[in-house]
Amino acid sequence: MTSVDERVLAPDAPAPASTRRRRRRGKPLSPLLVAFVLVPFAVESIWVFWPALQGFWFSLTRWDGLEPPTYIGFDNYAELAGDATFRGALVNTVLWLVLFGGLSVLGGFGMALLLQRERRGVGFYRAALFTPVVFSLVVTALVWRVFYQPDGVADELLRAVGLEHLIRPWLADPDTALYAVILPALWRQIGYVMVLFLAGLKAIDPALHEAAKMDGANNWQRLWNVTIPQLRGVNAVVLSVIVIDSLRSFDIVWALTRGGPYHSSELLSTYMYSTAFQSLRLGYASAIAVVIFVLALAVILGYLVRAFREDA
Amino acid sequence: MIRALRTGSFHLGMSLLSLLWLAPILWVVVMSTRTFDDIAANGVGSLPHSFTLDTYRQAWTDGGELRALINSMLVTVPAVTLSLVLAALAAFALARFRIPGRRTILLLMLAGNLLPPQILLIPVSKFSELTGTFDTLYALIAVQVGFGLGFYTFVLHGFMRDLPNEIQEAATIDGAGPGQIFARVILPLTRPALAALGALSFTWIFNDLLWAITVLRTDDNMPVTPALLALQGQFVSSWNVIAAGTVIAAVPTLLVFLRFQRHFVSGLAIGAVK
Repeated sequence: MTSVDERVLAPDAPAPASTRRRRRRGKPLSPLLVAFVLVPFAVESIWVFWPALQGFWFSLTRWDGLEPPTYIGFDNYAELAGDATFRGALVNTVLWLVLFGGLSVLGGFGMALLLQRERRGVGFYRAALFTPVVFSLVVTALVWRVFYQPDGVADELLRAVGLEHLIRPWLADPDTALYAVILPALWRQIGYVMVLFLAGLKAIDPALHEAAKMDGANNWQRLWNVTIPQLRGVNAVVLSVIVIDSLRSFDIVWALTRGGPYHSSELLSTYMYSTAFQSLRLGYASAIAVVIFVLALAVILGYLVRAFREDA
Repeated sequence: MIRALRTGSFHLGMSLLSLLWLAPILWVVVMSTRTFDDIAANGVGSLPHSFTLDTYRQAWTDGGELRALINSMLVTVPAVTLSLVLAALAAFALARFRIPGRRTILLLMLAGNLLPPQILLIPVSKFSELTGTFDTLYALIAVQVGFGLGFYTFVLHGFMRDLPNEIQEAATIDGAGPGQIFARVILPLTRPALAALGALSFTWIFNDLLWAITVLRTDDNMPVTPALLALQGQFVSSWNVIAAGTVIAAVPTLLVFLRFQRHFVSGLAIGAVK
């Protein structure tokens, strides 16, 4: 089935002009190879691409899941604009993106800088910070529930240092619920971001630092002028991970507060889920999902465009 | 002198931070061994005054954790295997052969994985109803495979592309077809990446909540993560049983992590440097 002619060399290796032309006219691809690509692609199409397209369509309908959906144009979006719960969830999602995202980047980067040098004990410290990443967010949530419980660890700690007047039902108080949920999420995310940065730091050529040292650059100058610019690739990855994780964040909120009390810790993702599967307003929930999609796309594209401009 | 002081304060600071980081986990493990009366009398925040392992029996049998663990394994093992096999096939064809439009296909597949799952929830749950798989583990396996494929293909593609070309050429001259090259040449060389992705996808699929509660309904079908949430409703203030259930739910991924630690960490970092 396969002749020597048909075999393909490394895709990046430039083929001689004559063979390239011959190949372009091309022999038929081996059907086996076509199947290798088509089968996985078909699986992903059925469970991802096609549903995604349907999601956009559903957002233009009114639908209770039983009767067939009725097309209503952009009515769902108009209703979203006036929906106070939606606006609260949007604000919380942005807060989440900034606080959860920002602090996990700062914390993860700081830890990576501290723990980048191979020395005694460093493996243990890395493992300790990394351990929570292994657990599910539901496990994480339950671990932290103990912490926030009335007369739980948080309250005992405050009492121990004489700050009992601060004690409150952390997860049930609308003023603190969102922040009480962010903390465990951070606890888990910092170790993950640290690993990404550690990998990036390891990939930096040590000669660059040596050269900067020779030129008399101090630690801060080397951080700003050597390390951070060299990490550009990692930064793009971390940013995408953070944005996507923030907008996807669901488990931890669902396990700790279900978005309550009074929607005070509601994120777009939890509001979408409860609208869809508890209120059974499938069209309206699809519109919220589209908003989440657009936000993710906007932030990532915005970043990519900027990164591209800096390169040019 | 100054150097010793700096090293000392580094270790002191990091030890404290590590301890602080692990403290919540240790606290839950300790709590899982306390009796209900102890917690009722002294509060969840106090140090233990008792020791019991009956909590584990309660979570295991009365709380349905055994059933849930079995469900989780019934979903996770086939889903991890299937997605890695399919992703490896696609990555192989796209990385080693001049498939027309290969770059577009690859990026499209990756983009599918980056979609926020919220946009897929309603259509996927409706689709599983349509195919009669709603509330079965098959639906969960299928959606986990479909949703993960793009990322695994992307990572394996990066790995396979960098393998030296001479080996494949030699195999071709010896008369090996694409299937043989895949199974005998490329796949064995891809093992480190497969191990990394295997460890990662195991924890992702095992720990999943959102897909499970979207395509499953019956309690008996729920994997560990949603079952753990249900346990809370069932054992409302029995914090010791809930803690035991939490420990049980965390053990499988912890074991995979300890066994594949190196691969696991390098897997997480794969995307970062490339």
